[in-house]
Amino acid sequence: MNAFLSFTVIGVVTGAAYAIAASGLVVTYATSGVFNIAQGAIGMVFAYVFWQLVDVWHWNILLATLVVVLVLAPVAGALTEVLFIRRATGQAWYVSMVVTIALFVLLLFLADWAWGANLHAAPSFFGDRGWHLTSKVLVTWHETISILLAGATAVFLRVLLYRTRVGIAMRAVVDNRALAGLNGARPAWLGTFSWALGAGTGALAGILIAPILDNLSVLALTFLIFYAYGAAVLGRLRSLPLTFLGAMVLGLAYSYAVGYLPQNSFFDSIPISGLRESLPVVMLFVVLLVMKQGSIEGSRVRAFRESVDVAPFTRSLVTGVLVVVAMAIAVSFMSVGDVVDVGEGVALGIVVLSLVPLAGWGGQVSLCQMTFAGLGAFAMAHVDGGSFLGLLAAIGLAGVVGAIVALPALRLRGLYLALATFAFAFAMDNMFFPTNVAFTYGGTIHVNRPGIFGLHLASNDSFTVFLTVVFCLLAIGLLALRRGPFGRLLLAMKDSEAACVTLGANLTRTKLAVFALSAAIAGLGGALYGAMITQPGATDFASEQSLPILLLAVVFGMATTSGAFLGGISYSLVSTKVQSLAPGIPNLQWALTGLAGIGITMNPSGTVPYVVRMFKGRFAGQPQAVVDLPATAPAAMSGVAAAGTVAAVTPPSGTAAVPTSA
Amino acid sequence: MPSADAVTPPSAPARAGTALLERRQPPVIELRAVRAAYGRIEVLHGIDLALPAGMVMALLGPNGAGKSTVLKVTSGQLAPTSGCFHVMGRHVNGIAPDALARAGVCTIPEGRAIFPNLTVAENLRIMTYGGSSKREVEERAFARFPRLSERRRQLAGTLSGGEQQMLAMARALSSEPAVLLLDEISMGLAPLVVDNLYSVVSAIAAEGVAILLTEQFARAALAVADRVGLVSQGRVVAEGRPDELPDDLAAAYLGGLQAKGG
Repeated sequence: MNAFLSFTVIGVVTGAAYAIAASGLVVTYATSGVFNIAQGAIGMVFAYVFWQLVDVWHWNILLATLVVVLVLAPVAGALTEVLFIRRATGQAWYVSMVVTIALFVLLLFLADWAWGANLHAAPSFFGDRGWHLTSKVLVTWHETISILLAGATAVFLRVLLYRTRVGIAMRAVVDNRALAGLNGARPAWLGTFSWALGAGTGALAGILIAPILDNLSVLALTFLIFYAYGAAVLGRLRSLPLTFLGAMVLGLAYSYAVGYLPQNSFFDSIPISGLRESLPVVMLFVVLLVMKQGSIEGSRVRAFRESVDVAPFTRSLVTGVLVVVAMAIAVSFMSVGDVVDVGEGVALGIVVLSLVPLAGWGGQVSLCQMTFAGLGAFAMAHVDGGSFLGLLAAIGLAGVVGAIVALPALRLRGLYLALATFAFAFAMDNMFFPTNVAFTYGGTIHVNRPGIFGLHLASNDSFTVFLTVVFCLLAIGLLALRRGPFGRLLLAMKDSEAACVTLGANLTRTKLAVFALSAAIAGLGGALYGAMITQPGATDFASEQSLPILLLAVVFGMATTSGAFLGGISYSLVSTKVQSLAPGIPNLQWALTGLAGIGITMNPSGTVPYVVRMFKGRFAGQPQAVVDLPATAPAAMSGVAAAGTVAAVTPPSGTAAVPTSA
Repeated sequence: MPSADAVTPPSAPARAGTALLERRQPPVIELRAVRAAYGRIEVLHGIDLALPAGMVMALLGPNGAGKSTVLKVTSGQLAPTSGCFHVMGRHVNGIAPDALARAGVCTIPEGRAIFPNLTVAENLRIMTYGGSSKREVEERAFARFPRLSERRRQLAGTLSGGEQQMLAMARALSSEPAVLLLDEISMGLAPLVVDNLYSVVSAIAAEGVAILLTEQFARAALAVADRVGLVSQGRVVAEGRPDELPDDLAAAYLGGLQAKGG
């Protein structure tokens, strides 16, 4: 009984912290329309800042709390909105999400750089002191304060959003930004305020939840707060009461799971302990699947003009041959280390390429491509890795799992789909990859390089050229697909699901097919990546690794195959070459990818289409193409001279006016 | 009560005598050779338009003529690429729509100008940014549209089309604007509802508010308009009192106008 009470107390406290973090998410989403993937990272960073102030600089703990929650975090949130998020206003929905993913990656990098090296315990209010619920169950003051603060936050947010004019106006801005302006509210200022509020609640949640961990850890703390996303989704990103209920259920479930699920030896082959860790994420996944989705959105379709050329077959073939030849010549001049870097880059490029049909053409964002890649590497290692069969197994396993993941996720759209895929990746991190069946905990497994058609591909040079050949074949095949009916259907689906349905297209089959295709390509990429580095481990395919992959795809041009190639290679080169210039800064490639991702608002189509356009503009002597036009832009009227133009007005083109019909 | 002196320009030339100032009172809204574009596509090719204080002006013209774009410019939602945009004698090119709204220019944009996920009461609360208190807004809105009072706790998105337009018009009533801009308020509504809305428009006009409105279908608008501007091809091609409109032009632009008028 005492044990049960203790677990209940811990559960309620955890739930309280989740509730605060989740309500921050809901507030940001409800008032700025942006789902802040980085919320967990914001909480983590400010938990570290809090630790820095209290334990290192010996501030008064109350003063530190006030400064962090009421000053530092809101200012940082407001700056984030002004500098980055605001630019995404009015662009496609995924642009703002990509910006928050980039922010997430950047914050992970910064925290790891500043605090990652050492382990510290998080400070808590009044240490271990507390009051006795029963003679055996002690409730610390920190826990008491957490619960009280959660309640206070709930009441505060409820009153703010539903009773005050500024709160109602913030919700109005999400509904109809232009109209809110016409009413006299200041939409830009309200967006800034909502981010300040979201960051403040995120920081408070981070401070309260951090003592649950024995030691502060960048990833563990981030993902601890990430659990709160499940609660926010249960509240459908709108309802604060439901969010609080969800947070409490999550907190209690987590606590009981820790207490009552059998304690196996550390990461035994039966992944029970992994199940415990990933329980909240599994709940997130289940909630997403069970939750009723809104009807298909037809009204809010935005014309998102992307002038991405699709190369005709001969051009793509010639380009492919040239790239392979160039690579074959290049590797012969490179040092061994450089060849390995480039080879890894090309293999990663194949994983990035898997996003081209899925996200670039089909508009379905996935945050678990590296997980599919990991499955590919796993299959390659276990099914006779030294042969063609291993590659087939990788393609097959990843494709089938991709379809299985997609099957329930088909009813989800946009943001929810992205969250479900991330939850899947996270569950695989905990329940499968670290087990002895797969990559073993903290260890690696050996993946042989395949020899195909009697060719020896064991050397780095030949394998890198082989990877380039595989990439080019895939790209040529995908482009052929893009020009065909399936490609058209994908683009139509991205533009308007409602229109596709009314035309009789079977979107379920289309989504399933493109998901399986994308997962299969990612699996192949993962198998080849594993073979390139020969000793892959679970961390190579961890869920957070999927985020830079998505950022690379977006930054270099999500709808282009050449962007995937350049993205993969530059990521690999940055993580070795540029890294060697600044050995003191860990994971520099995260910083650069994050920075590039944040800049996506300036050029949502990506780098490759931008450069192509620039060149075309220069050589054809035309002005640069306008990237996005508002959907409301009326059809060009200048060329059409309608009836009855007043004689005083000379038509600009000099064409004769059509005579009046009378 | 918005009145003519509310519209007196603060920047009126000091040297002018009062009587002169009265006579030369600038139009509340004036566009001079205004060009505007969506991206690279120019839509307005030099609009000249003056809305005198206390007048109701209807912009008529075929689909795609640029009527709504004129209203986008005059409400600050689209900055002119060239030309001058004056409000009460002040040059305000590039002003933000929210600043213009707080200065007394009330715009009811095309479509349902409401927040569907907010309740009726919350929609009314947003209208207080116009300067009136919450009580004033509710009193005025509910006095004119008792139906809204019955539905004040309901989400605005669940109202019928007519009720939604009533809610949108409540802002024109309650915010005591100096200028009212109405974009196609009759769109998609039953004739009876349209008549009701236009009776509200005349009531507001009777209080001396200058109104600029666009309509694709002229009948309802002409009943309340003091002046009519014909817009075509991004220009104002004719302007005058409704009865001054040349018959052939009216026939060309307004289609069934004469049939209804005669």
